Amino acid sequence: MSIASLIGQVLVLIGAFFYVVSALGLIRMPDVYNRMQTATKSATLGSLGVIIGAGIWAIGEVGSYSWIPKTLVIAIFLLLTNPISAHALIRAAYRSGVPLWEGSVVDKYKEAEKSLERVEGIKGNLEEALEEGEKDE
Amino acid sequence: MGEASRISRYIYTVLTLFVIWLFLTSSFDPQEVAIGAIFALIVGALTYEVFTERGLGNLSPKRVLYFIAYIPYFLWAMIKANLDVAYRVLHPKRPINPGIVECKTVLTNNVGKLALANSITLTPGTITLDVKGNRYFIHWIDVKDESVEGASEKITKPFEKFLKVIFE
Repeated sequence: MSIASLIGQVLVLIGAFFYVVSALGLIRMPDVYNRMQTATKSATLGSLGVIIGAGIWAIGEVGSYSWIPKTLVIAIFLLLTNPISAHALIRAAYRSGVPLWEGSVVDKYKEAEKSLERVEGIKGNLEEALEEGEKDE
Repeated sequence: MGEASRISRYIYTVLTLFVIWLFLTSSFDPQEVAIGAIFALIVGALTYEVFTERGLGNLSPKRVLYFIAYIPYFLWAMIKANLDVAYRVLHPKRPINPGIVECKTVLTNNVGKLALANSITLTPGTITLDVKGNRYFIHWIDVKDESVEGASEKITKPFEKFLKVIFE
């Protein structure tokens, strides 16, 4: 057994461990937001470990270097797209009104939304007043 | 930061596509390289307008050096994040203290903001919820500092020193 296959096997093992942690986090965490935390982070690093590990493993086992560049491209695409999908999901969850866990400390986003709504409301009132003024004239 | 000329943007797009092609085929057979170059030229002509604003300016040596230095830094932050997540999941008491905090950033470029948001999502205990202008709303699994300045100090500052050079 060569060193390359040993490194590959260790990387795949680490990746599989993080997959298990990610799946366990889905069960143990209390709400959507905390579940997203464990799911995105551990699943991303787990995939990186398994994919690149498979590429390195192939050097020792099959004797082919052509796996490495392909696995690298796949890993980079995963690394770039995974956080964006996580962001889209968590934002959609917040927008559709999924509540935070009751142990949560602060919610600055709600405060910001409220102040924004207040500004919009004032703007709307002003516009209405202006339109009425124009009608009167 | 104005837009670069069309030719420089076009060349940059074609180069990027061609490098991806070389990685995907992983062979230097002249026939494959030739067909890859042709497809890179065609796809580049169709997509360079949405792909890049700065063209070959992206390849200045300082930016490339900072980018290479950023990779190990980012990977190390990612490994730390995962050990942190593993600790929180496997600990019997589940030590979490979540909340949504607000951060400010000094980045102005859209691509830079995207890179910062992605970096935040993949590093210890934070995930980007929304970005409005230069305000980041971040779900933090273990809130240590509720104020805007304190949170920025802990979350966005470490990446900004790299991303400012790479993308501004």
